[in-house]
Formats: sequence, C-alpha cells, structure tokens
Amino acid sequence: MSQTLRGLKVVELAQFISGPYCGVLLAALGAEVVKIEKPNVGDQSRQSDPFPNDISHPERSGLFHFLNRNKRGITLNIETATGREILLRLLKRADVFIEDMPVKLARRLKLNYPSLSKINPRLIVVSITPFGQTGRYCNYKGYAINSSAMGGMSLTVGEPGREPLTPPFSLGDYQAGIVAANATMFALLARDMIGEGQHIDVSQVEAWAVFHTGNVVSAYIYRQQKRIRAGHRTPAPYPYTILPCKDGYVFMIALRGAQWKRFLEIVGNGKVPDWYANDERFKDRRRAGLEYADDLDKLLAPWLMSHTKEEIFALCRQRHVPFAPVRNIDEVVNDEHLNQRDYFAEIEFNGSNEKFKCPGSPFRFSQSWWDLTQPAPSLGQHNYQIYCEQLDYSAEQLARLHRMNII
Amino acid sequence: MMKYPLQGYRITDFGWTAAAPRATCILADMGAEVIKIETRTHFDPIRFGPDNVARDPEKDPLFHSINRNKLGITADLSHPEAIDLIKQLIKVSDVVSENFSPGVMEKYGLGYDKLKKIKPDIVMISFPATGKEGPMSDVVTYGPSLASLSGLDSMVGYFGERVIGMQQAYADINASLHGVFAVLVALRHRKLYGEGQYIELSQMEALISTMAEPILEYTMAGRVLGTIGNRSNIMSIHNVYRCKGDDKWVSIAIRTEEEWRAFCKAIGNPPWTKMEVFADNYRRLEHQEELDRLISQWTADKTHYEVMEMLQKAGVAATPCADTEDRFLDPHFQEREVHIPVEHPATGVDWIPGMVCKLSKTPGGIRKPAPLLGQHNRYVFGKLLGLSEEIIARLEAEKIIY
Repeated sequence: MSQTLRGLKVVELAQFISGPYCGVLLAALGAEVVKIEKPNVGDQSRQSDPFPNDISHPERSGLFHFLNRNKRGITLNIETATGREILLRLLKRADVFIEDMPVKLARRLKLNYPSLSKINPRLIVVSITPFGQTGRYCNYKGYAINSSAMGGMSLTVGEPGREPLTPPFSLGDYQAGIVAANATMFALLARDMIGEGQHIDVSQVEAWAVFHTGNVVSAYIYRQQKRIRAGHRTPAPYPYTILPCKDGYVFMIALRGAQWKRFLEIVGNGKVPDWYANDERFKDRRRAGLEYADDLDKLLAPWLMSHTKEEIFALCRQRHVPFAPVRNIDEVVNDEHLNQRDYFAEIEFNGSNEKFKCPGSPFRFSQSWWDLTQPAPSLGQHNYQIYCEQLDYSAEQLARLHRMNII
Repeated sequence: MMKYPLQGYRITDFGWTAAAPRATCILADMGAEVIKIETRTHFDPIRFGPDNVARDPEKDPLFHSINRNKLGITADLSHPEAIDLIKQLIKVSDVVSENFSPGVMEKYGLGYDKLKKIKPDIVMISFPATGKEGPMSDVVTYGPSLASLSGLDSMVGYFGERVIGMQQAYADINASLHGVFAVLVALRHRKLYGEGQYIELSQMEALISTMAEPILEYTMAGRVLGTIGNRSNIMSIHNVYRCKGDDKWVSIAIRTEEEWRAFCKAIGNPPWTKMEVFADNYRRLEHQEELDRLISQWTADKTHYEVMEMLQKAGVAATPCADTEDRFLDPHFQEREVHIPVEHPATGVDWIPGMVCKLSKTPGGIRKPAPLLGQHNRYVFGKLLGLSEEIIARLEAEKIIY
C-alpha cells in the first residue's frame, strides 16, 4: 500500500461541505492540504451541529471535524493586500487550489483563474459555486435547499399538492464535492499531457441537474411528460412504494413480476392470496400501480402491520424479494453488516481522547492507502508551521500580522 | 490542445442498469474508449426503462443518456468461448468495471485474481449494493430501496409525519460519482507506482459517507432524527413557498441578519417584519410556522421566477423549484449546455445531460450517441482482437457473439 497523492500540494479556501469534502478526499490519499480560514471566525461549519452532548463550541463541531481531518489549518484575511500577497505565495508552490468565492469577489480580488494562472501556470483551480462561473445567474446566491430546488430534485420529492421537499441535510453539497474531486483528478491526468493546469467550474445546481435529473428531458420534449412527486410511491408497476408496518416502514419494490409473486406467496402462506388472484384490477401490475395503488396498500396493510420491518426483510431475503426496511439512523450505526465490514471510522478532537463514530471511506482500495487519522486543525493551528517554517516569516512578523488581523 | 484527458485509456465495461454505467459514462465523456458488453439473452434493463414508450431496446432515452460515447459489443458470457474473447479484450484494457451481484464475475472466471494474471496492472472496480462480503452481501436492492436500507429515507417526509422517502436513484448516482474518483485515483497510482489494483465500492457505504450530519447527531448527541421536512436547525427561513401557477414553488433560505434585512427591504418592509417575535434568528426559528405563512402570502401572487429575480437582486438566496420544462427552457441552463441534443440512429434527436463539470482546457464532450446492440462488434472483435471475418461469422451463428 502506498499514498497515491503523496506530495500533491493543495490549498483549500472553502467552507461548509462541498470544497472541504473535495479536500478531505484528497487528504485521505496523502495530499498535503492547507486549509485557509477567516481569522477569528473560521469555516462556517465550525458553528454547525452536531456537537458532543449538544454543547456547542467552535473547536468541537462534528461536521467540521469529519470534513477537515488530515488538513493543516491557517488563518488569513485574503481581502487585505498583504493577505492576498501571502495567498499568492502559497499558490505559487501549489498544485491545486480549491475555492468557493463568489465569482464577483474572486474577480475583484484578482484571485480569478486568469490572474492565478499567470503566477503559476501549472496550478489547477477548482471553483465551486451554486450556479457556476458563467451564465446569467453566476452571481446568484444559493444554499443546499436552493440548489436542489433549481436542480430539479425538490419538485420530485414529497406529496402531490403539498410543498416539495429538499433532500435532507446537504446531500447536494456532497455531490458537488465529489464532482469537484473527480474534476481535480481529470485535470491532474491532463496536466501530465499538456504541461499546464486549468480552471474547473463546478456548479452545485448542476451536480443535481446534470446526472440526477437531466435524463428526463427527452420524455418532456416528445411527450410533454414532467417528472413530479407522488408521495410515498413512484408511479410505476406495483409495488414501488414505502408502506408502514408494525414498527416502522418498508420499501417495497419489485421490478420483476416473479419477485412480486414470491412476496404474495409469503403473505398467503405459500400461495398467492385469493383476494389478489381473483381481483381483475390487479392482473396488470402497471395498471394496478397507476390506478389501484391505494386499494392495494390497504389490502396489504393487515399483513404488514402484523410484522416488524426486520421480520419482513428476513422473509423477503429468504425468497429473493428485493424489499428493504427503512432503517433509522441508530439502526444504521449499529448495523451488523457495516460493523463486521469495519466500515465506520472515528473522529477525535485535538487534545482529547473522546471518540465518535462517523462514516468511513466511501470505497476500498487494494493498493492506495486511505488514512484519515489526523484530527482536524483548530483555528490557526498551523500558522507558525506554514508561515514561519515554510514561507520564512519571522515570529515577530507573524505576531504583527496577527495583531493587524491579517492572520 | 487535446480535449480529452482520458484519451488512450480503454475500459471493458460489464456494467448494467445504472450505477456502473453512469461512472463509465463520465469516463467516456472525458475520452476513455469504453467498450460496453451486452447480450441479447439478457438485456440491460435500462434499455426498457419507464420512458421507453416504444418498448424497443434501441429507443430508451435513459439508456442513451448514460451510455453515450461508448462502444457496444454483444457476447453471451454463458459460453466459455465468449469468456476467452473478453479475456483478450481485458488484456488490451486499462480498467474493468462491473456491478453484477457478488460472485458473478468469479463464476465467469473473471474475478480480480484471474484478471490480474491476464493483465497484471489492470484496475478493476466493482459496485456491489452492500459489499462483496458481509452478512448482507446477498441482499438484492435497487437504488431507491438502498436509500431506505441506508437510513436516508427515514428523514424524508414532512416534519414529524410519515416517511415518504426520496423515491430516486440517489444511491446509484452517488455511487457512480464516487466510483469515477476511485478509478482516477487508481490510474494515477498506476502511473506513479506501476501497479494496478482492485476497488470495491459498496453503494450503501458510499451513500452513508454523504450522511455525516445525521450519523454524528446520533453518535455525538444521542439523537435519532425522524422526518425533517424542509427545516434547518440554523436557518429560520429555509423552505419552499407556493407561487402563482399550477404547482409552482420557490425556495428561499436566509442565514445572516444582513440577508434578513435585505429580504425585508426587498418585500417592501411590511409591518409584520418589525414584529418582536421575528426580531432575531432565534425568535424567528421559534416562530417559523407563522413566518412561513406570512412569506407564502407574499409569494402567492408572483411567479417563482419573479421571486427569484426580486430576491437575488437584493442578495437573498432564492430559486424556483424547477420542473423539467423550467430547466429545459431556462436561459442559464441553455447557456451552460446542461442538456445537449444528440442525433441517435434509432430515435432521431435525443436531449441528454451534458458534462457534469466544466474543465477549461480539456472539457471532454459528446462524440457519439449510445451504441446500438452489437454496433461495434466488427471493430472490437475484428480490428482490436484480430479475428477474421469467418470466425466472427461462426461466433455469430453459434450465438456466442450475440
């Protein structure tokens, strides 16, 4: 096993999830990521839940720690002339710059790609914004809820007639983060061939609009069909639905008729129940799903309500029926499969021996060494190391920069 | 300047349905020669997706979306001779991608250990639903049900009400995007260290990796979250509001006091904005239902796009809940080529999604439509593997190339 990205120098000037998620994926594989935060305030995720036992503290946000392990942290006010100059010195020696500045601000501070490529033509600049670097909305604002709305996701989740629902938390921000990480790797491969860096433009809206929702456009153009939300089910051959059971919910989906028949045999103790077999309305699963789904939901309810979700899951697994329990978060964290596979990781805080279980690596490499055991930096933790040891500022200069609120 | 960063790389693609094919689609967009293996004995289910009204395997728009830029061959893997041909193809490939159930590749004699002997520096990626090993490795899932099994759906529903679920292929697409990263890391690794490797991407694990907040909420604060609706625990205005028209909505989110003041000004400073119960973020969060009602009254007689323009001009984050039509017609999306028309021999013009990110110097692009069944058999078996026309004809007659 070796560190695939060892020696790769990354500067991260990005907050909350998208940019930091991109940065932490690189850091896990050995890249040296220097994270720049605003003096005194820091990354906004430092203020975000959750905190141990709900006691909030800027050095103890679980989200911040999850996303910033293995990075070194410095503070810098890039809106001052001196701060900007220091940033440029860091970028001169960097391979990758991950940034999420509003397009206008980057231009005003002359930290946009044309300016940066002049000081370091090999630099790969990864820009992450809600709407992208170009287009008429490029200066518009957007949080995760706004990106998923514009990206077409929200309108497809929720009950018809009621307000659309946003994918929980900031899923879209993670999608933009992994897209940015992909683009960084493409640009690294390209740099070996063309000898120079380039500008990567990642839009959080497009992280949804391209792959998650972008493939239904032909159906609209040729058949005026729009994908909209249908509550706890998807309009499709029955079943494609989430239904309540004794202690929660189950996701019932059967793309093949044989799977559905096997489930009905479980319900009918070995044979498809008469109430189903003798009802003309259910002969065609597609029609049943579109026209009689409510009736079928009701007819199945007595059986579902007398079984727990895990009982249903176990029975379905025996008969190769692809239904799944809707697991709650505690059940996921304590799941036997995930724990036997050693999936979860732990985060710990600097100078403390408390450990908290967190999501582990999204993939497993046989040869690339994945490691995220270094805790996230406290605010400005590596100022001395970076400014004095690497950029040759004296301790006295560092103290002055600190007093002037530049660092 | 060369446009494609993966030019010169070849991928043997066993992927079907969605997770693996979408990953190789992105790699193909960036220049890799992706050779998709199919068979008429067992069609890729995506050739018969819900939008394929013709029920013709060549006419599925989703198939076209996620298989553009690929070459297509047909080979019935239940024949040993087909397996031999595929092994020859792998010998001249850089990457192998597959998302069969665990054990299927091994059954064909195409497990990583075997492939490594054929091509020592091969990069192989598998996309099992829950994992190649472990007590749940046998579980059959689809993208939408995986969101339930992974806990995501337990939070999707109106606040405190029943579970509705995402009802989406989020798990598939999330797995694809993470798979692309893993393959690129492995290719870089091979370049530096001269060795290939095996990548296991459990779709369930990749999904949970994007759920840090609720997981940590439980492990750090002991709280199991249920359905959360559109609520945020830090933003008091964080919802979607009904607008003029049929099923038209606008999303609005306000985080800072500065944004709140800009919002009040943009909507004309109505008296309720001065009410004591809305004086700061904490109070607004406590009274969010009342606040949402008042905001809905303001949005009700405006279009979702009007609200976006009015609020964005003031520096407030607001976007329409765009439906398919909105997105297709939106000038910003058109300018950024979110959807691209591609001529396909079986359907005429199909509109499919464009590039998932924009690289300024090596942007990639759409070079060709999705393959017809076996469209590139002659190129792959003849030109690439050097089989004669007679042998190819025999293999076709014996339904090995089929």
